[in-house]
Amino acid sequence: MSRTVSSLGKDLVGLEDLSAEQIQAILDTAEPFKEISERRIKKVPVLRGKTIVNLFMEPSTRTRISFEFAEKRLSADTVNIAASGSSVVKGETLVDTARNLEAMRIDMVVIRHGSSGAARFLAERIPSNVINAGDGSHEHPTQALLDFLTIRDHFGRIEGLKVCIVGDILHSRVARSNIFGLLKLGAEVAVCGPMTLLPKGIDALGVRVFQRIEDAIEWADVLNVLRLQLERMKGGFVPSLREYNRFFGVTTPRLQKVGRDLLILHPGPMNRGVEIDSDVADGPHSVILKQVTNGVAVRMAVLYLLAGGAPEQAEAAKREGVG
Amino acid sequence: MTDAERVTLLEEGAVERILLRMAREIVERNDGTQNLILLGIQRRGVELSERIREAIEREEGPGISSGSLDITLYRDDLAQIGPRPVVGESSLPIEGVDGRSVVIVDDVLFTGRTARAAMNELMDWGRPSRILLCVLVDRGGREVPIQPDIVGRVVSVLPRQIVDVRVPELDGRLSVEIATPVREENE
Repeated sequence: MSRTVSSLGKDLVGLEDLSAEQIQAILDTAEPFKEISERRIKKVPVLRGKTIVNLFMEPSTRTRISFEFAEKRLSADTVNIAASGSSVVKGETLVDTARNLEAMRIDMVVIRHGSSGAARFLAERIPSNVINAGDGSHEHPTQALLDFLTIRDHFGRIEGLKVCIVGDILHSRVARSNIFGLLKLGAEVAVCGPMTLLPKGIDALGVRVFQRIEDAIEWADVLNVLRLQLERMKGGFVPSLREYNRFFGVTTPRLQKVGRDLLILHPGPMNRGVEIDSDVADGPHSVILKQVTNGVAVRMAVLYLLAGGAPEQAEAAKREGVG
Repeated sequence: MTDAERVTLLEEGAVERILLRMAREIVERNDGTQNLILLGIQRRGVELSERIREAIEREEGPGISSGSLDITLYRDDLAQIGPRPVVGESSLPIEGVDGRSVVIVDDVLFTGRTARAAMNELMDWGRPSRILLCVLVDRGGREVPIQPDIVGRVVSVLPRQIVDVRVPELDGRLSVEIATPVREENE
């Protein structure tokens, strides 16, 4: 008779939908999956026979490859579809694309899409499990989960920690997923960035706002430094990259004043010399590459938890056990 | 399965004597302790394996390799069950299992499916020269052709009865108990 993990339901659309207990269950499940990537044969048969489609309608390297490694290490069969070179450019709608995939008998879809809400839209229309790999400026749940795992690895907990997200909070799905999840897990959350890039009324969520990076560094146990998307320049949100770096860059002189443990995360890809200085990115506070390693484990955990069979069969299985 | 009659089959002293005998049998079967690795199956097999290791080291000297095996990801019923089982950690000796004599230690041998899963997992880790299956209790009821090499005690119980091995680390006591679920009226 084995102990079971609390269910996530059919899909992972965002951390806003999950309870603290469900988020903890994903992080706890990710722990044993870390070790699989250290084996000589990096493969376990848990998703054997499952077909997963990685539907990436927006460019992505890290997230797509991370999902693909996670899928392959669990023995799933995977197909990658990118927007360019697919029938999407011929005008096919998202639902038609998904229904055609379903007709080929798939089990799961990992979707990255430029429109907020695309993942939920799809999840409500197809019976396959849907995992959100980033939708517009809505959520990027697996990125936030890997951030949490990395923070927990270092501090042994998340509750009570002070986490400040730095940069373009307004357009960032990583920021949204982080804020939803961290608040549920009992962390104190702050944001720091130019006023043009902070959403109005964010303090209503219980999030502190810092307008000076020096104050944020002074306050925080963890800085999650977001990438400044260069297209924001055209939108007139930031005058110049150099000015952004001067006011909001996480730089060595600013960190030198900190005598205590401060963890620096970045979801990548980095603009070295803009939001983060090179020597900070490669320095002792940085856990940026650990995040990448943890990303595979977290995604393995999510795939494992979502790929369960029908709940009605659970009772029978529980009775039988594995002996 | 809330109400169950529970009887103790083996008390602490009896379990310890059996484990000592099993430890000696392992050394005998292996012709010494060279190349030996003890691997406990999560969760109670791990504690039993550690006790056997200590018993061997008391008589043969220290330095016996040991580790743990979690077979959850190798279960054959994952596609059928809804709630996902908790995945435990597998930790193998750093030198690996190639060419080693591996003893898989578990608490209860029932259907044989766990032992099947453990062997598959072990094969993914490397190529042991030999695998022995060592169980504290063999309760019969096999569903796959698996047989143990070293057995603590053979018991015959009804299919609906449950054989529980209790270990101090998880349960506060060392014993083997048999629980008989009380039949419900409509059954």
